[in-house]
Amino acid sequence: MSETRLPTWTEVTPGGIVREPGSTLRLDKNGWRVEKPVIDPEKCVRCRLCWIYCPDTAILEVEEPYTNSKGRTYKLTYKVDYDRCKGCGICAEECPVDAIEMVPEEVA
Amino acid sequence: MSSAYELRMKNIWSLPRGELFHGGHNLCAGCTAGTIMRHLLKVAGKDTIVVNATGCVEVSTTPYPYTAWGVPWIHLAFENTAAVASGVEAAINALKLKGQLDPEKEVKVIAIGGDGGTFDIGLQALSGMMERGHNVTYIVYDNEGYMNTGIQRSGATPFGAWTTTTPVGRRIRGEWRRKKDIIGIALAHGIPYAAAANPAYPVDMVQKFEKAIQTEGPSLVHVLMACTTGWRFEPRLGIKVSKLAVETGVWINYEIEEGRLRVTTPVPKRKPVREYLKLQGRFAHLRDFEIEIIQEMVDEQVERINKMVGKQVIGPVDYGGDGKKGA
Ligand code: SF4
Ligand code: SF4
Repeated sequence: MSETRLPTWTEVTPGGIVREPGSTLRLDKNGWRVEKPVIDPEKCVRCRLCWIYCPDTAILEVEEPYTNSKGRTYKLTYKVDYDRCKGCGICAEECPVDAIEMVPEEVA
Repeated sequence: MSSAYELRMKNIWSLPRGELFHGGHNLCAGCTAGTIMRHLLKVAGKDTIVVNATGCVEVSTTPYPYTAWGVPWIHLAFENTAAVASGVEAAINALKLKGQLDPEKEVKVIAIGGDGGTFDIGLQALSGMMERGHNVTYIVYDNEGYMNTGIQRSGATPFGAWTTTTPVGRRIRGEWRRKKDIIGIALAHGIPYAAAANPAYPVDMVQKFEKAIQTEGPSLVHVLMACTTGWRFEPRLGIKVSKLAVETGVWINYEIEEGRLRVTTPVPKRKPVREYLKLQGRFAHLRDFEIEIIQEMVDEQVERINKMVGKQVIGPVDYGGDGKKGA
């Protein structure tokens, strides 16, 4: 994990200015989930809807070719960024071909 | 379609992959505000200043010392968002006049407020901003209540909805007043562009953002923001609930451009409002006759919009095979 320490009083910026854009990316959301989405690249038809609807930028659209068992090659692959995903299940609910399954998180 | 605007967002593949509103924020799991803000910034691009009223989005996206925003962003009180946005816009103009900023450089000013910060507390600042004609895009994300402070009612809470300040008992049965018509209020100021959008219809929504941003002068986009916590539905249902709002006619996606009204998501056959209400715990107490009252309110709203358009763009309710009307 990257550093998520709070600033001490000498480090606090005047006016509470935050100087690093998008710094919430350093926060870890793994602990928010009870279920995690798992995308089946075989079933996925690359419609982009999960990527569109995810409120947490947790669906990654990557340029990684994938050939399914019927021989069809897709240029893109959709993956889950589990450090962002809160397990809301919107992606699984909205996927038109049920390619996303919500799997219970293991209790360690 | 209309004229003056240059729309880059033709379909969902037009949306750029890069994010300017980042993950890792503290919005509730399944909060559709994240979806709305992501796409708003995708459309606006990096030369944007965001002026944000306090509210769910503000507190959840900037847990000090972190921020989810990839563009300059300023936090404000409930009441002064539109006033500060006006000042930011005026300052940009002043810098351009003084030659300290390239006059050709386009800097977009976007004010964001929730329904509490817009319908209620920020209304006079918003009115002033629209009256003075500032070139600001105002986005109101409407979750129909003060959700992050503990689900209190606002001027946007719909009839019949339970909140902690419109409780359900023998005498009070949830909210007893109607939702304010914020677009009507905005239009009364004669602003050139206003629209109602919904994240379940992303292309329509981003096109409205584009138009609002391109509008010279004040514009307002009212976005429905289904709230898992305050509306009491499962987090996975946020988009489904948003879609049902449109399919039942509770929410109408429309825009007003220079006084012309256009419904952007026609609904040939409406679903009964019950379909929308039954997914949400805040309406769980409603009895059949109360649901009927809401159905009548929606029918009225649909009729009014159809009349303004001059034809039937939103159709009648389809009660389906079982014909269960309010029974
Ligand atoms: S479960 Fe929710 S947060 Fe996680 S990837 Fe799906 S939509 Fe995004
Ligand atoms: S919604 Fe389903 S089919 Fe569409 S890209 Fe995502 S996983 Fe693939």
